[in-house]
Amino acid sequence: MARVGVFVCHCGENIARTVDCAAVAEALADHPGVAHAEDYKYMCSDPGQALIKRAIIDKRLTGVVVAACSPHMHEKTFRRAASQAGLNPFLCEMANIREHCSWIHEDREAATAKATDIARTIAEKVKHNVPLETIHIPVTKRAMVIGGGIAGIQAALDIADGGHEVVLVEKDASIGGHMAQLSETFPTLDCSQCILTPRMVEAYQHPNIKLMTWSEVDSVDGYIGNFKVTVRKKARSVDADVCNGCGDCMAACPNRRTPSEFDAGLGTRSAIYVPFPQAVPNTPVIDRANCGRFKAIAKGIKKEVCGKCATACLKGAIDFTQQDELVTEEVGAIVVATGYQLYSIGREQPEGLKGYGEYGYGEVPDVIDGLQFERLASASGPTAGEIRRPSDGKAPQTIVFVHCVGSRDPEKGMSYCSKICCMYNAKHAMLYRHKVHDGRAVLFYMDVRAAGKGYDEFTRRAVEQDGAEYLRGRVSRIYRDGDVVKVVGYDTLGHEPVEIDADMVVLATAMRPQPGIKELAQTLSVSYDEHGFINEAHPKLRPVETNTAGVFVAGACQAPRDIPDSVAMASATAAKVLALFSNAELEREPAVAAVNEATCIGCLTCERVCPYGAVEAKEIRDRAGNVVRMVASINPGVCQGCGTCQAVCLSKSIELATFTDEQIHSEIEALAFWP
Amino acid sequence: MTLAYYPGCSLQGTSREFGESFLAVVEALHIEMTEIDDWNCCGASSAHPVSRDLGVALPARNLALAAEMGADELVAPCAACYSRLAAAQYHLAADTDLAARMPGILGRPLPPALRIHNVVDLLALHAPRIEELVAARVDPPLLKDLRVAAYYGCLLVRPNEVTGFDDAEQPTTMEAVIGAAGASPVAWNMAVECCGGAFSISRTQSVVRLGRRIVADARAHGAQAIAVACPLCHTNLDLRQAAMTGRGKEPLPVLYITELVGLAVGLSPAELGIKRHFVDAAPLLAELAGKAEATAASAAAPAAAKERA
Repeated sequence: MARVGVFVCHCGENIARTVDCAAVAEALADHPGVAHAEDYKYMCSDPGQALIKRAIIDKRLTGVVVAACSPHMHEKTFRRAASQAGLNPFLCEMANIREHCSWIHEDREAATAKATDIARTIAEKVKHNVPLETIHIPVTKRAMVIGGGIAGIQAALDIADGGHEVVLVEKDASIGGHMAQLSETFPTLDCSQCILTPRMVEAYQHPNIKLMTWSEVDSVDGYIGNFKVTVRKKARSVDADVCNGCGDCMAACPNRRTPSEFDAGLGTRSAIYVPFPQAVPNTPVIDRANCGRFKAIAKGIKKEVCGKCATACLKGAIDFTQQDELVTEEVGAIVVATGYQLYSIGREQPEGLKGYGEYGYGEVPDVIDGLQFERLASASGPTAGEIRRPSDGKAPQTIVFVHCVGSRDPEKGMSYCSKICCMYNAKHAMLYRHKVHDGRAVLFYMDVRAAGKGYDEFTRRAVEQDGAEYLRGRVSRIYRDGDVVKVVGYDTLGHEPVEIDADMVVLATAMRPQPGIKELAQTLSVSYDEHGFINEAHPKLRPVETNTAGVFVAGACQAPRDIPDSVAMASATAAKVLALFSNAELEREPAVAAVNEATCIGCLTCERVCPYGAVEAKEIRDRAGNVVRMVASINPGVCQGCGTCQAVCLSKSIELATFTDEQIHSEIEALAFWP
Repeated sequence: MTLAYYPGCSLQGTSREFGESFLAVVEALHIEMTEIDDWNCCGASSAHPVSRDLGVALPARNLALAAEMGADELVAPCAACYSRLAAAQYHLAADTDLAARMPGILGRPLPPALRIHNVVDLLALHAPRIEELVAARVDPPLLKDLRVAAYYGCLLVRPNEVTGFDDAEQPTTMEAVIGAAGASPVAWNMAVECCGGAFSISRTQSVVRLGRRIVADARAHGAQAIAVACPLCHTNLDLRQAAMTGRGKEPLPVLYITELVGLAVGLSPAELGIKRHFVDAAPLLAELAGKAEATAASAAAPAAAKERA
C-alpha cells in the first residue's frame, strides 16, 4: 500500500495569496494512499525541508509530493532532501501550484480547487513512481571552440591553460576576428591590434590548442561529454607545413583588385592573400572565386592559366589540386563564439529586414559604416591612418555620425540596441578630432547609452575636451548634392529641422549575428531568437549555457557585446567547460526512454521522429547467432526525455521513465474521479 | 471584381485636367468602373481635425455606398481623398468602439473592407496593358527618352500602415508606371519631401521655398518633367513654380501621371487637358514630337532607300 506525503508550500504570499494552502493539505489528507499532508510557509527553507525529512522517516513514506513552484526551480532541492531521508529521489515529485495556478488566477476559491486537483494528480502519479538511478556517462576531456575572434581566443586560452586540449575552428584565413580590424578601443583608446595580437600568437603557440583556420563545422553528432564534430577544412591551395610565410606569392599575383574584407571593402588585396600583416597563421590562402586560374577552370578552360604564385614560391608550397577535407574531432564540450556582422543598410536585405535606401549607403561613396571608419582611422588601413574620404581622398572637414541605424528600429526588423555604437561613435569623433583639429564632428543620437566602467566619462570627454557636437534626433535623408553629402534631420531638443553639408557620413549600423548562424545553431541543436542570436539557457542565471547540455555560448553571437563583455563571457564558458571536465563521469537524470524489446515490432517510426538521433536499429539474434528480427534501441546518453517516440510507438513498446503511460493515465483519472 | 469610382471635388474643379485625363486613360485601358451614386465630400483636411467621428464618418459613408452598389474595390484618384478613405477604413478596423458607433451615425450598416486604390497603384496593376498599348502604336513612341522625376509627396505613401505603399521612404511604384509608359524615371532625392500641402494660400512663401528645392533637385538630376498624382502637389509645383524659379530658368512642366500615360497610349494633349497647366508643357511636347518624327524619319529612310533600289 502506498504511503504518500503531501507538502503544500505557501511560497510566502506567492501561493497563499490566491490559494488556501491549509485547505489543499486538508483535502489531500483524505486522499487514498496519502499518509501525511501539511502546509508550511516556505517549504524550500531548511525547516521546511526538515518537515519533509522527518515525515519520510516517521511515517515511512513511499512517495513525496511537494505542491509548490515549478520543478525548474526546486525539484533538485526536494529530491536531495528526500534522498537524505533515505528515499529514492525519483519518488519525490512536484505539483506546480504557483506558475500553473496562483500566479495566473485571481478567484481564491477556484484557485484553491484547482491547486487541490493539481496536487491530487501528482499524488496519483507518485503512486506509480519507481526508484531510478542516475545515469553515468564518460567525458571526453577535450573542447572545441567555434570562432576565432577575441571571445573564441579567450575561451580557448582559458581552457588550454586549465590543462585540456582545445580545437579552435575559424572560418577565415586568420584568427583575430573583428577586433583585429579596429583602430583603437574604448574607453582607453589603446591600440586594438597591440592588445589582441599577443593573444593570437599565444593561442597559436599554446601546446594545448589545435588551430584550424579556413575551416567550418560541417556536422555534429553525440551529446554532452561525447560529441563527434566533423570539420570541413576548406582547400587552402597552400601547403601550410611547407609555406614559410615569405609573401612572394602575394607579390607575384597579378590580381590586385579584389576588395579586401579586412579593410571592409575600402582597400584591395591579391587573390592569394593573408588577410592582414599580423595574421595567425601567416599562411596565405587562394581565394578561388577571384583567382584567374580557378576562374578559368570554372569556365571549363583546359589550358593552365597564370600560376605566377606557384612560380614565385621557392618552397613549392602552392598546391592547386587541394580539395576540401573532412576531419572528425571528438570533444566533450563546444563553445560557440561566432561573433557578428554589420547590418548592410542598402535596399536589398535578407530575411525580411528592410534597408535604409534613404541613407544612400552603397550609392554615395562617402557614406560609410563604422567598421569602414575603423579602417580609415587604423595605421594598417588603406589610408595608413589618415582620415580621408573614399570618393576623392579629401580630408573631410565635417563628418556626421548617425547612431542607431537599424538598431532600435522595429520598422527595419531590429528592435534591439546594438550596445557598442554610442561608445564607438564617441571614439570615432575623438579620433577624427585628434587627427583633423579644425574638423567638425556632428553626432545624431537617440539616447547616449554609456553604461560601463569609464564609459560615461569617455563620452563626456568627447563632448567637453574634443568638441563633438551631439544633436538629439533622427536623420531622415542623406543624399549627394554636388561635392557635399547633405544630411537632413531633426533636432528634437532644439525643435528645428537641421540640414548639414557634410563631407562624409558614418552610419553606426546594427550588429547582427553572422550569416549561417541559424544553420550552425540547428547543427548544434541550440535555439536562437528572432534575430538569429543564440539563446542562453537562462537570461540571468545561466547566461553562457545553451539549451543543449555541453554547448556554451560566448560573445556577440548571443547578443550585441563589446570587447570586455565578450572576454568575460568567454572566460565564463571556460569555467563551465573546466568544471565539466573536472569529473571522471557525468551524471544524468534517468528521465530517458527505453524500448521493450519483447513487444517492439521494429517499425522504427521512433527513429524517424527522434529529434536527437538517439534511436538506432538493433539486431536480435538467436543462440546460433542468426538475426531473428530487428528492434529499436535507445541510447540513454543521447535521449533528452522528450517523449516523442513514446507517443508515436505503434506497439506501445516505449516507456519514458518518470512519464510512463500508467503514470499519465492515473493523473488523468485523478482529474476525472475527484470533482 | 467590381470597381467603384470616387471622383472627389478637386477632379471636377481646380484639377479638372486630372479628372479628364484619368477618365480618358481608364477608357483607353478598358478599366471598368462605376461612379458612386450620391457620393459626398471626403472631409479633406478640414473634417478630421474638428471631429474624429466626422473625419471617419464622411469617407465611411462613401465606402458604404460603394459596398451597397456591389463594389469590392474602389479608386480615388485624388491623393487626399484616397488618404481619407483609406484612413477611415484603417480606423474602423483598429477601433472597435468607433466601429460600433458608426452605423448609428451613418444610418446604414458598416461597409465591409474594400480594396482602396490610388491612381498610381491602379495604373501599376495595369502596367502590362499600358506596355501593350505603347508597343502597339504605329506612330513613333512619344515619350521615349523623356526623363521624368516621380514625385509622390506625402498622402500617397504615408502613414505607411494606412496606405501600405511599397516603401514610405523609397517608393518605386510610380517609376514602374513611368517605365511602362516608355519614359525614363530619374534617380533623385526629393520624391517624398513636403510640397507645402494646403499652405499654398495661407503661407505662400513656405510653399515656394519647399517647392523650389523639389524643382531644383529634379532639374539637377536631369528631369525634363515632374510626374505627380495629387492635386495639391500639382497646384504647389505648377502654380507656384513661376515664383520659385529665377528669370531665364527653363520651367519644368508638372504632369499628372495619368497625362503621361495618356500621351504614351496615344491620347491627344487636348483630351488630357494639358493646356490647363500654368507651366506650359507645349514646348516640351513639341520637342518630343519633333524628336519622335526625326527618329521615325531616320528609321524610314533606309527602308525607303531600299524600296527605291
